[in-house]
Amino acid sequence: MKTLLIFPVFILCLVVQTGEVWATEITRAVMLSNSCAACHGTDGKSPGAIPAINGKSAQFISQSLREFREDKRPATVMGRHASGYTDEEIQLIAEYFSSQP
Amino acid sequence: MMKNYTRRKFIKLLGGTGALLSAHSLLTGCGKTASAKVVIIGGGFGGSTCAKYLRRFDSNLDITLIEASSRFITCPFSNMVISGMQTMDSISHDYTAQTDRGINMVHARVQEVDAAAKKVTLNNGKQIEYDRLVLSPGIDFKWDEVEGMQASDAEVIPHAWQGGSQTILLHQQLTAMSDGGVVIVAPPKNPFRCPPGPYERISLIAHYLKQHKPKSKILVLDVKDKFSKQALFMQGWEKLYPGMIEWVAGSKGGRIEEVDVATRSLHTEFGDTHKADVVNFIPAQKAGAIAHHAGLTNNDGWCFVDQRTFESEVHKDVYIIGDASIAGVMPKSGFAANSQGKVCAAAIVSSLRGVAMPDPSYVNTCYSLLSPDYGISVAAVYRYSEEKGIYKTGGGVSPIEADAAYRLQEARYARGWYDSITMDTFG
Repeated sequence: MKTLLIFPVFILCLVVQTGEVWATEITRAVMLSNSCAACHGTDGKSPGAIPAINGKSAQFISQSLREFREDKRPATVMGRHASGYTDEEIQLIAEYFSSQP
Repeated sequence: MMKNYTRRKFIKLLGGTGALLSAHSLLTGCGKTASAKVVIIGGGFGGSTCAKYLRRFDSNLDITLIEASSRFITCPFSNMVISGMQTMDSISHDYTAQTDRGINMVHARVQEVDAAAKKVTLNNGKQIEYDRLVLSPGIDFKWDEVEGMQASDAEVIPHAWQGGSQTILLHQQLTAMSDGGVVIVAPPKNPFRCPPGPYERISLIAHYLKQHKPKSKILVLDVKDKFSKQALFMQGWEKLYPGMIEWVAGSKGGRIEEVDVATRSLHTEFGDTHKADVVNFIPAQKAGAIAHHAGLTNNDGWCFVDQRTFESEVHKDVYIIGDASIAGVMPKSGFAANSQGKVCAAAIVSSLRGVAMPDPSYVNTCYSLLSPDYGISVAAVYRYSEEKGIYKTGGGVSPIEADAAYRLQEARYARGWYDSITMDTFG
């Protein structure tokens, strides 16, 4: 019994160490969304005057960002920020923050 | 030998994916990142953010943050302290949140980095080994670029370009000055920490003088011919402080060649001598001392890095973020350091796991206050390519034609910005 348990665990450790099976990649969505956190707070939970964006619907966030980018929504700095992101990137960011509690 | 095993063989060996999944929970403590040691030198915007995001990316890492001070005093918003709008407490941050998330805080100075042996030696003699080392050492000063000044003279002529006692000293000198006095601000040459910072400082000193010493003047002796958000600053100075600020460009006599510390006199390239009641001379800059000591700097005093990962071009497994690094078109700012800290954390965790890191995305946002109700900003989004390094994909500055309501809103956001970035970095 003891060898039965230890053997697979030992093997699995080696699998992880080679990084071939279990090691997970950090997603693009996380990379992109982290850059919003310095103004909107970690995970979008702003402590101050800048709007919190955690838990907002993905539809609301993506539509807002596209409207900021196209100058169809009043903004100060957000139009300038949104100009740096593609539709696909906006979607990834929107889904990330909508999933934050 | 293990590397020759294929995934399929493992799965067969263990009786299918079900066995793999159920056994996965037993793995804590044996993955490659589990025992990996990441040591970070410098607990400012870059280092603190990197430590926090390393932990968020990987709960098993052994992370040590080495910072001499038990409280970090930010350069952002220190101009508000200098002009009497805020207290030192309001720009001071401790490291309890880092300790709470299991980061080893070491309050000491680093004496030596041994990149070959992968260890750092502290000033108390203690040695710490690392698998990956991050340096976020901020800036040091090039005192020899003008005659007559050395580091100790900052006790008389403060630079106030690192938060702390220098911030208090400049504030005290301004409050001690009598009405009708002259303040000289001498911004540094490029590149330097916080490009709009000297001009925000000039604005907020003007704000202080306008209220308390309205007959006083500010003379700006600039080594440069242009500066960050220049049109916006000059428009604001005209509107808020007409006749109070005189800016002299480098080519028009702004370049200082010699400082007479005892008399607070500055001799320019054109042969003029300017004497002032308060002098804020901000010296030319270079990477923080430990980067030089570790042999990571170029001839100009900054660190070449792989701009995708921030790994040093000199030493493997050593990363440099923040002001000390050469990060393409990104400015040297606390915000840029925060952004780089996250990208670097992702690069380190990915490399320890042996997986690809996601394409990096970086950002910078700098607000400047010209008065409590008048804010302006510059923002940029960046990506990386092998040909261009870090390049800009979007951004811009506040519009020149904006109304008072817009400036007020940006002043509010400037405070929100501070609350958020300090929470994202130190909280």
